[in-house]
Amino acid sequence: MTGTAILHPPLFEAVLQLADDHLILGHRVSEWCGHAPMLEEDLGLANMALDLLGQSRALYAYAADIEDAGRSEDDLAFLRLERQYQNCLLVERPNGDFAHTIVRQLYFAAFMHPFWQWVSANSADETLRGIAGKAEKEMAYHVRHAGEWVVRLGDGTEESAARVKAAVDALHHYTDELFQGSPAMTACAEDGRLPDVASLRPAWTATIADVFAQGLLEVPEVAHPQTGGRMGEHGEELGHLLAELQYMQRTYPNLQW
Amino acid sequence: MPDSMTPLWEVFIRPRNGLHHKHVGSLHAADASLAIQSARDVYTRRGEGNSIWVVPSAQIVASDPSSGKELFDPADDKVYRHPTFYDIPDEVGHM
Repeated sequence: MTGTAILHPPLFEAVLQLADDHLILGHRVSEWCGHAPMLEEDLGLANMALDLLGQSRALYAYAADIEDAGRSEDDLAFLRLERQYQNCLLVERPNGDFAHTIVRQLYFAAFMHPFWQWVSANSADETLRGIAGKAEKEMAYHVRHAGEWVVRLGDGTEESAARVKAAVDALHHYTDELFQGSPAMTACAEDGRLPDVASLRPAWTATIADVFAQGLLEVPEVAHPQTGGRMGEHGEELGHLLAELQYMQRTYPNLQW
Repeated sequence: MPDSMTPLWEVFIRPRNGLHHKHVGSLHAADASLAIQSARDVYTRRGEGNSIWVVPSAQIVASDPSSGKELFDPADDKVYRHPTFYDIPDEVGHM
């Protein structure tokens, strides 16, 4: 092993955290497949799930490369323990009703879109720039798709307005964690590979404010932000998700498609 | 969702610049922008196109199938309307 330049533990950690965010949210959204409120949205949600899974694959493959310890992207995605997943808590929140799912999608995409835009334009890391080029377009569509729905639910019927408001109230206190990042992300921001996540807050706030204004929703005050995902501290729901996600690879080790 | 809230839309996709939009199917959507989004999600997943039109199905005026004979049968025996009787110079290419 001579490639000292490629040995970069904070980079591995940060890429893994991003990969976990995308895998877990992609899996969550894929749970709608066959269950969405209408056929058109079933495909729309499946498309978004596939975008996220595709991004997670690229990130896990890069993480496996950086680690260079013989683990593959599948090993990283499927064979770690619950506490070793470092996704933010927002993405593991259960689907709930359609309003919960679409608000969660808006919150995450409104963060990842400026994130990937920054990486694509500024990152010193060529691999991440490559991933970002594709991801920023996909995230722009997720913001649009989820945003249009939040507007229509908020400014829709009495029931849809109540449901989307309940989703906002349930999920908003998971959004602070996006801007806290992690020590690994901070290290990667210092060497110019990733953005300083705190600096993305104005862009995120502007997107949410615009959608909420059209959807007649108010941005709630958050007294007690929920955090811990980046340190492996998760809600119990992640365990159930992982049981399903990891089942095939644990039952049939090294299974290939 | 009741159909009254999500009326039917006809979807047209243009596969490439220079070609015309072709009818590919229909879908239900609450309004025009959601119809465009759903058309993108349902009908362009495999790179089928680079432009989408959606039209409310209710806005399409169709010919009456029962007048098919008077509308279309008269064209059956006018073979001279097909341009197969003319020699097309090679330089013209595909028509």
